[in-house]
Amino acid sequence: MHIPDGFIDAGTSLGAGMVAAGGIGVAARKTAAALDDRGVPLAGLVAAFVFAVQMLNFPVAAGTSGHLLGGVLAAVLVGPWAGALCIAVVLGVQALFADGGITALGLNVLNMALVGGLGGYALFLALRKLTGGRRTAIPVVAGVAAGLSVVLAAGAFTVEYALGGVGGASVGAVAAAMTSVHALIGIGEGLITAATVATVLAVRPDLVHGARHEAQLDLRPVDVAVGR
Amino acid sequence: MGANARRFVIAGLFVAAGLALLASPFASRDPDGLERVARDEGILDEAGAHGLAGSPVAGYAVRGVEEERLSTGLSGLVGVLLTFGVGTAAFALLRTARRRRSRERRPA
Repeated sequence: MHIPDGFIDAGTSLGAGMVAAGGIGVAARKTAAALDDRGVPLAGLVAAFVFAVQMLNFPVAAGTSGHLLGGVLAAVLVGPWAGALCIAVVLGVQALFADGGITALGLNVLNMALVGGLGGYALFLALRKLTGGRRTAIPVVAGVAAGLSVVLAAGAFTVEYALGGVGGASVGAVAAAMTSVHALIGIGEGLITAATVATVLAVRPDLVHGARHEAQLDLRPVDVAVGR
Repeated sequence: MGANARRFVIAGLFVAAGLALLASPFASRDPDGLERVARDEGILDEAGAHGLAGSPVAGYAVRGVEEERLSTGLSGLVGVLLTFGVGTAAFALLRTARRRRSRERRPA
C-alpha cells in the first residue's frame, strides 16, 4: 500500500502532504491533551509492533501479497489520535528502508494513518454501538473495521490517482483492481487485528482504548471528535 | 508506569522483535496489492529509484549481510528498535509539551 515516488504528480503529492501535516498536527494536539506517563512507551510499542507485522506479507492471490496496515489496530489499542501518530512514525521509519516514497510520504500518511486509521476507527465506533458495546464482541468489531479500512485506504489512493496519477492508466481500471485486491488483503488485516486485540484484551484489558467505554463513561474529546 | 505495564511493554517488544527477526524472512516476497495493480496498469514504470535507495537498510536488507534471510531479519530487528525509539521519543516530547503548557496556565 506504500506509494513510491513518481506515481502521483507533485501538485497532488504536495496537497496531500499539507492535508497529512494538518491531520498529524491535530492528532499531536489531541494526543498531548490525553497522554499519561504510561501511554508513552505503550504508543512506542504499538508503533514497533505495527512495523514488525507490516513486514509479514501474506499471499492473497497468484503473485500478489498483502500486509497489515495497522491503522485500526493502533487506534483501538491507544486511541485514534495516538494511533494515527504511531502509523505516521512507522511510515517515516519505513522511508529509511526505501519503502514508500519521500515526496509520497504525505500521500501515504493520508491514506494509512488518517483515512485508514481515523476512518477505520469511526467504523469501529459505529459497529461497536451496533453490537451494544459488549467486550466479547470488541475483537470481531475491530477486525471488521480494520478489514474495511484497507478498502478505504485503497479508495483514497484511487482518488489521488484520479487527481494526479501518471502513467495513463484508466481510473476505472485502477479503482476496480485496487478495490478487489484490497478486499482480499482486508481479510488478513481483519484477522490479524482481531487476534491481536483479543490477545491484549485477555492479558491487559485496561490497555485497550477501544474497550475502555465499559469501565467508565468515556466522554473525552478524543472520541467525540471522530463522531461517537 | 507500574511494573506490570512495564512488563507488558518489554514482552510486547520481544514479540515484535521476534516477528521481525524470525518471521519476516519467511514472508511472501510477491508484490503487495498496490504494487501489483501498478504493474498491471503500467504505472510502475513511472517509479524511479528511491531517494534513500543507498540507505544501509534499503529494501529491508542490511548492506553487507549477504545471506538473504538473515539480512531481512536483521533489517526487521533494526526497524523495530528504531520505530520504538523514534515513537517513544515523539510521544515523550508531546507529554513534556503538555506538562509545560499546563504549568504556564497555572496562575503564579
